[in-house]
Amino acid sequence: MNILQTTVLIVGGGATGTGLARDLALRGVSCLLAERSDFNAGASGGNHGLLHSGARYVASDMEAAVECRDEGQLLKAMAPQCIEDTGGLFVAVEGDDEQYVADFEGMCRKSDIPARALDRSEAFECEPLLSDKLIAAYAVDDAAIDPFMLSLDNMAHALDLGARVLRNTRVVRFLRENGHIRQTIFLDETSGETFAVEAEIVVNATGAWAGIVAALAGADIHILYSSGSLLVTQDRLARQVVNRLRKASDADILVPGGTVSVLGTTSVTIDSPDLCRPTVAEADRIVEDAQAMMPVLATTRYIRAYSGVRPLVLTGESGDARSVSRGFSLIDHARDAVDNFITITGGKLTTFRLMAEKTADLVCAKLKVDAPCLTRTEPLPASTMGRWTEPGLAPKDWVRNRDEDDLILCECEMVSRNTVDAVIAAMPGMRGKSMLKAIGLRSRVGKGPCQGGFCGLRITGHLYDQGHVSGEQGLSELSSFVERRWRGFSPILWGLPMVQADLQEALYCGVLDMELDHNTDDLTCEDDE
Amino acid sequence: MTGRDTLYDVMVIGAGFAGMAASLFAARHGLNVVQTGATGGIDFSTGFIDLMGVHPVEDGKRWGNPWAAIEAVVRDCPDHPYARLSKDEIAESINCFTEFLTEQGLEYVGHTDRNICSLTPAGTVKRTYRVPETAWNGSLALERKAPTLLVDFHGLKGVSGAQIVETQKQHWPGVKAVRVAFPGGRGELYPEHMAWALADPAVQQKMMAEVLPHAEDIEYIGFPAVLGLNDPGTVVRHLAELSGKRIFEIPTIPPSIAGPRLRAVFDRGLPGLGVRTLSQKLVTGVTQRSDGGFDFQVGSGPATVSISAKKAILATGRFFGKGLRADREKVVEPIFDVPVVQPAQRDAWHNPAFFAKQGHPINRAGVEVDARLRPIGPSGEPLHDTLFAAGAILAHHDWMRMKCGAGLAIATAFRAVKELMR
Repeated sequence: MNILQTTVLIVGGGATGTGLARDLALRGVSCLLAERSDFNAGASGGNHGLLHSGARYVASDMEAAVECRDEGQLLKAMAPQCIEDTGGLFVAVEGDDEQYVADFEGMCRKSDIPARALDRSEAFECEPLLSDKLIAAYAVDDAAIDPFMLSLDNMAHALDLGARVLRNTRVVRFLRENGHIRQTIFLDETSGETFAVEAEIVVNATGAWAGIVAALAGADIHILYSSGSLLVTQDRLARQVVNRLRKASDADILVPGGTVSVLGTTSVTIDSPDLCRPTVAEADRIVEDAQAMMPVLATTRYIRAYSGVRPLVLTGESGDARSVSRGFSLIDHARDAVDNFITITGGKLTTFRLMAEKTADLVCAKLKVDAPCLTRTEPLPASTMGRWTEPGLAPKDWVRNRDEDDLILCECEMVSRNTVDAVIAAMPGMRGKSMLKAIGLRSRVGKGPCQGGFCGLRITGHLYDQGHVSGEQGLSELSSFVERRWRGFSPILWGLPMVQADLQEALYCGVLDMELDHNTDDLTCEDDE
Repeated sequence: MTGRDTLYDVMVIGAGFAGMAASLFAARHGLNVVQTGATGGIDFSTGFIDLMGVHPVEDGKRWGNPWAAIEAVVRDCPDHPYARLSKDEIAESINCFTEFLTEQGLEYVGHTDRNICSLTPAGTVKRTYRVPETAWNGSLALERKAPTLLVDFHGLKGVSGAQIVETQKQHWPGVKAVRVAFPGGRGELYPEHMAWALADPAVQQKMMAEVLPHAEDIEYIGFPAVLGLNDPGTVVRHLAELSGKRIFEIPTIPPSIAGPRLRAVFDRGLPGLGVRTLSQKLVTGVTQRSDGGFDFQVGSGPATVSISAKKAILATGRFFGKGLRADREKVVEPIFDVPVVQPAQRDAWHNPAFFAKQGHPINRAGVEVDARLRPIGPSGEPLHDTLFAAGAILAHHDWMRMKCGAGLAIATAFRAVKELMR
């Protein structure tokens, strides 16, 4: 069995894991990040893309509110390429809790979170689609953040500084000796082989899966799996983030994401983080709830739903003294008699950098490395790995570098063949179940109204042409890509998306027979008896 | 004949396979026909005519003999539209339909009681019943596993000879692919432009000169379906003369020209039979006349046309054809508001897996009809004596999984016309 050596092994490639890889790399600590599938496969890829001002938490959790305020300001300065500084609104409509509305400004002041009252005309000037039943509006410092670019840029910088990464590798077990993890055994999902990693410290940054991974090491963390679904609209319906001014509940935030808006979210407790997928019932609930804030949300076209699992750590655990705040949990498993194992989970996308910093501080203390955190002062460099997630960049690039022989493979989002090749070049091997899916994560491919129906076929052809796939692999990767898009497409099939889905099925099944087993030599068109 | 106050014998609503077939059959019977409908199923089709290929869908069992497959599906699914039809009717309808295409210069071929295996652009192999003659050699090459060269072009996206070779090579070692430049083509190419260019024999010759160096020891050469727009047969024959090889076409994914070729035949041929076609227009309103017929509003704004007809055939297709419309609660038929049989709740419309072999429950939703193909209400009585339905809008089939789309459309259109003449 192959054995890899590293100082720190990070398990999990979401915002926290990639942020931690960069933080440690900046401190000169060698690390290897191993991700079960691909970057942001969990909560980091299934959130609003909201950079919180903190205003949302002023009533429920002042500490989290202040954390969000500080981190939000810091990230705007350190990672501007990942952030659209839209500003945000908190709006209340007739029927909302007027006491909460009345207390809001004072609570923001108490946490020192900027909030400015707007009169009706000002509010409508900012966001013309607001409900005319508006009774209060405040401007806050919310912003939109691209979590994929964020993680990809963090990882790219860590790699430049000497970190290593493995994708599609799943932890199978930990080999422990005398309260110490000697080896972590992984399964390489692409090759089917197992290998081992020997590290001085193992960090469990698997988010919602943290309890499951910790259990493999004999440690106990209780996590409540709260699944949240969101809807993506066809158009960008608001310039700024729009929050409903009420106690946090379903469907009360609309966040711009480039050319679209993201609406959510729900909160449904599930039994396992692997069961997370958006449902028809949730999509309906979101649409029904949100129209009070913006009536257009009842009639606008939606293009997909998606969901993520919030890892909510159940507190009251004995010995959880390191829980930095109710926002996130940093656990030194020395408490469970494993001396080189740390879990970081909970928290929010907005506080990922702080979570990485506190984790790296603990890692360095254990390694007796004296190196300060640099992520507060070192800007995050934009990377070739992360740049293609930006909406609108591909068409701009296509016009700018017009190569006469280039072709547009994804017409909804104008992604060209050259861009696809650039994305593949910036993505070292380890395609896992579907290279197409990996391309989709790193670009806008499949994110338009056709939801991958046409570009999936075209890019599959291109992957065959380039020799990236062979035999039947390209077809099965295409199937896997289509199924993945279907998870988000199937909850919103009414109106035009239903027409789109009908066409997609006519093409994939009616014309191409892709639902049938094609690995058969029964091509004689004779009937078997 | 097409004056403002003409009372047509029949209004055919829909311009897919079922609408085209209904207009053809009605006109052939000497009826005064008006037809309306927007671009849809036909334009996106491969031009293949499926009759029946897979049953039971949950087993993915493919059938070589479509008639045996129809018998089996009728036995197991007694509500399937095919259960309303006799074998002779179905056979006659397909023959009439393909004879018309052949008369119009788009020749169709196939066996009487056997499906054909054809290559799809994805590299899979599909069973179908009738194919354009220009695809026929592809089925032969595949069946014989003959030494075959698949050609594709720089600049024509969505077409990959390499993909077909990779998918097929295990069972067909003699297939290989080559990519060549299209004469005079730079940057993005589209099937339609290429087809226009290939109408010129000089372009055909230049193209063949690029291909031939790769065709040693090759018997068959397959091209994407770009070999001429209106007269692919002639282009294929010329390429065969130039090369001494057997030539065939493989359909491309949309936007393809296989579908538009078929549409063009009807656009040319139906008016010749006296059919008035209001193409690219949708029915926007309908009222029942005192004599049992219908007054239709077709189109919108200043271009609105009023049409009166004694009878109507509803052949508007499913969601893509706009024959069925889904909102968040239910599926409706938007023109006559005829009831649509469907699962009770939206969360029962689809399976968690897109490629679920059994298909999605919503696929079997549709319009319920009586023995004479008239849409019925909850009581089981026809809603109008003068309204008939045909094609994919009918309930109780899953044409995409069963591979019976065109056959079902043509045969039910044939029957609907017969019924409305009674």
